[in-house]
Amino acid sequence: MNDSRGRRLPRVGPSRTRRVAYGAFGVASFIALWKLAFVFNWAPRGTIPDPFVVPEALWQEYAGGRLLPAIGSSLVHYVWGLGVGTFLGFAVGLMAASARWFDDAHYMLARILRPIPPLAWVVFAIAWFQVSHAGAAFVISIGVFWVNYFATASGVRDVDPRYYELARAFGHGGFIKRVTSITLPGAAPGILSGMRTGVGQAWMTLIAAELLGVPGMGQEMNSAAGVGAYDAVVVYMLAISLIYTLSDGLFALIENRALRWRP
Amino acid sequence: MSDTGLELHDVGYRYPNSDSAVFERLNFNIAPGEFVALVGGSGVGKSTVLRCVAGLIQPSSGRMQAPANTAKGTRPSAVVFQDTRLLPWRRLRANVGYGLAGLGLSKSERDARIDEVLALIGMKAFGERWPHEISGGQAQRVGLARALAVRPHILLMDEPFSAVDALTRSRLQDELLAIWKRLNMAVLFVTHDIAEAAYLADRVCVMGGSPARIVFDERVPVEHPRARENSELQYFAQRVSDAL
Repeated sequence: MNDSRGRRLPRVGPSRTRRVAYGAFGVASFIALWKLAFVFNWAPRGTIPDPFVVPEALWQEYAGGRLLPAIGSSLVHYVWGLGVGTFLGFAVGLMAASARWFDDAHYMLARILRPIPPLAWVVFAIAWFQVSHAGAAFVISIGVFWVNYFATASGVRDVDPRYYELARAFGHGGFIKRVTSITLPGAAPGILSGMRTGVGQAWMTLIAAELLGVPGMGQEMNSAAGVGAYDAVVVYMLAISLIYTLSDGLFALIENRALRWRP
Repeated sequence: MSDTGLELHDVGYRYPNSDSAVFERLNFNIAPGEFVALVGGSGVGKSTVLRCVAGLIQPSSGRMQAPANTAKGTRPSAVVFQDTRLLPWRRLRANVGYGLAGLGLSKSERDARIDEVLALIGMKAFGERWPHEISGGQAQRVGLARALAVRPHILLMDEPFSAVDALTRSRLQDELLAIWKRLNMAVLFVTHDIAEAAYLADRVCVMGGSPARIVFDERVPVEHPRARENSELQYFAQRVSDAL
């Protein structure tokens, strides 16, 4: 019914059933291949877990009191990193696209900082915040910042200038009125799409940031791998997948609601 | 309604960084309640004149006297754009009410204005629709309603019917005439369609030359209501065409 961007595709009953059946077949084939790899030792012995023990491992992690606290801890720096990165990326992107002096003043700096991978900042994160939520949130926010910065700046630049003429003709020529009545709604598709990309991007850096030892799913994965419990690693990978799907779905709902004016 | 009409004295405009003027020493006026059509070939600067009158750009020379803003809740002028320029993220009601913000009207007064002009264009039932859900002719009506909502002393129309089909166009022309009669406002109607100008306007002005001047300025010799096939009207249209 919905493609990945949440827009409706014309699809009728039978072909949808067909699609679900094919999808299930794809997943089953993957698990079969995985099982084969396990049985025939395609990788160094012990490093591929048996797919059929993953449910058992999930129960172990849950009952052992590790799964939920790890998820909760990850969510703390996820939400902070995402929130701060999104807000700053949006604000700086909006400034860059709407104030000429700011654009001129920052473009060179942006070009210098942009290529630095978020994880390169881990060193400073540890130096400044030690091993803490703040440190992980800092690293996460950097990746999210750039995604939102570019999406907002290009969304704002792409607003049809004829709408600004309309705004002036009908008494909305002042800065605040123009921004609220034209710039923000006009750029909303781009801005929201950037924010949604950021929701995913934050997970990418989160796990890597946690491998340093900030409590959370990444750290649990690391310590499980340390004792050869690769089935537990898979449990956390699947947990991330599930939480990402939920957060992306939630954001898609918000996005569709805000952009329901689109044909 | 205010007593002063619109007067242009020797008005000229040149684009920044350009040596030659688009138009120069342009003189014409529009009396209160008068319907004037401004005709000219494409690129002659008709729309630029309209933008000067609307205050969207500043003339580079000359003097312009526009209607003063006297009554509360009104604007001196309002523009109807060729491309309708409805904001796709606003429902039709909110589009129609766009110019009402900052006029000191209460919420209920604004709602009453919106209802009034939506009824005037025969689209009362459409207020909650999105712009992409209506036809081109309907969108043009909503653009007109948005301008009428601010009760302008002078309505500025920039080739408003040139993008709709012929049947819709003649219907919109008749609707415009009926609304103009009821509201008693001045109209500056920019068009390249001579028959349209002759059918609608009290007076037709033609812009021509480079830099452009007013090369023709005459009253239409037929009283409203007019028949499109009236021979006197067609003879007048022929003279306008010769002036172009």
